[in-house]
Amino acid sequence: MSLFSSKDLKLLTNPLSIDNPITVQVLGICSALAVTVKVQPAVVMSLSVMAVVAFSNVIISLLRNTIPARIRIIVQLVVAAALVILVDQVLKAFVYEISKQLSVFVGLIITNCILMGRLEAFALGNKPWPSFLDGIGNSAGYGAILITISIFREILGAGSIWGIQIIPASFYENGYINNGFMLLPPMALILVGIIIWIQRKYVKKLQTN
Amino acid sequence: MEELINIFVKSIFIDNMIFAYFLGMCSYLAVSKTVETSLGLGVAVIFVLAVTVPVNYLLDNYVLKAGALEWLLGEKALEIDLSFLSFIMFIAIIASIVQLVEMIVERFAPALYQSLGIFLPLIAVNCAILGAALFMQEREYSSLAQATTFAVGSGVGWLLAIVGIAAIREKIQYSNVPAPLKGLGITFIATGLMGIAFMSFMGITL
Repeated sequence: MSLFSSKDLKLLTNPLSIDNPITVQVLGICSALAVTVKVQPAVVMSLSVMAVVAFSNVIISLLRNTIPARIRIIVQLVVAAALVILVDQVLKAFVYEISKQLSVFVGLIITNCILMGRLEAFALGNKPWPSFLDGIGNSAGYGAILITISIFREILGAGSIWGIQIIPASFYENGYINNGFMLLPPMALILVGIIIWIQRKYVKKLQTN
Repeated sequence: MEELINIFVKSIFIDNMIFAYFLGMCSYLAVSKTVETSLGLGVAVIFVLAVTVPVNYLLDNYVLKAGALEWLLGEKALEIDLSFLSFIMFIAIIASIVQLVEMIVERFAPALYQSLGIFLPLIAVNCAILGAALFMQEREYSSLAQATTFAVGSGVGWLLAIVGIAAIREKIQYSNVPAPLKGLGITFIATGLMGIAFMSFMGITL
């Protein structure tokens, strides 16, 4: 039995471009915009989301034949909340500074539409291993967008990436000033709009009429 | 009283759920195609916020906080800190109240129930609802009145945002938007511009 059939590989690669959770499925927007001021929180957030989405996909997939339809959402929320509490405690223990920056958004992974969306659309109807891959693939797509946005925002807004100063001091002396606007929320929205623009220009079938 | 008005105005304009914190964006983007449905959803969100945040406030202050269980268990409760359970307790309260609201709306306003469709139960997973509860906990409001004012204010701010973008989207259909930007792309950019406009409220203190 191969662990990675070609169908499974598609589960991992599709969300990176053609089925991207943020730009195509329109899920997970809230946290994508709020934690991308610097690259570090964005990376930590992506990894947290990956852990929660992948494992809750597996758990719900294992339980899928035993959950009564009426309380489906409540079971999903309980599983998600338990995993998020775990992730939150781990973050507080190992990367306390960054968890302070992320503040309520770690808790909000519970209501992250990617989580709910994938549980409903995939985990409830598929086996555990494909569900796990689907979770990893979608969070990788989400993470890719988060990291892209945060790289732009941090380098233009603070002249650094991952806290390491990239723009040399000589630029500042010659009159270059950091674009403070990039650190503010609205720019994240406009950046996502531009990413969507670029993506849809090259993948014509995503365009709406 | 002044404090309450301060909180109310702050949560509508300065701490706007959509433009400052990006909470509730998914349903904001999905439902804002017409002003009518946006208005209906906005009112539902205000109602759910106005009920869930005070209940969560009581839960937080009398059960979850460090030492909160003093009224029930006496002295030894001062050591107990259940705040790590906040996430799961808050979301359980929210899910149950939304279920209740759904049943009430179905019974008393069937037309509204039909027009909202799937989005009414989806309010339970709207980040704005859980987000408001978590902000209420983080900011440590000192009374139930403050928490409730915050909740209603946040709801009104959310309603303003979604009705605004719905109105813009209705009109934008008649403009020459480039094909790759149509639909989702231009909505993001328009929301970003609205966010910049709302930032003009930032320096206001009352």
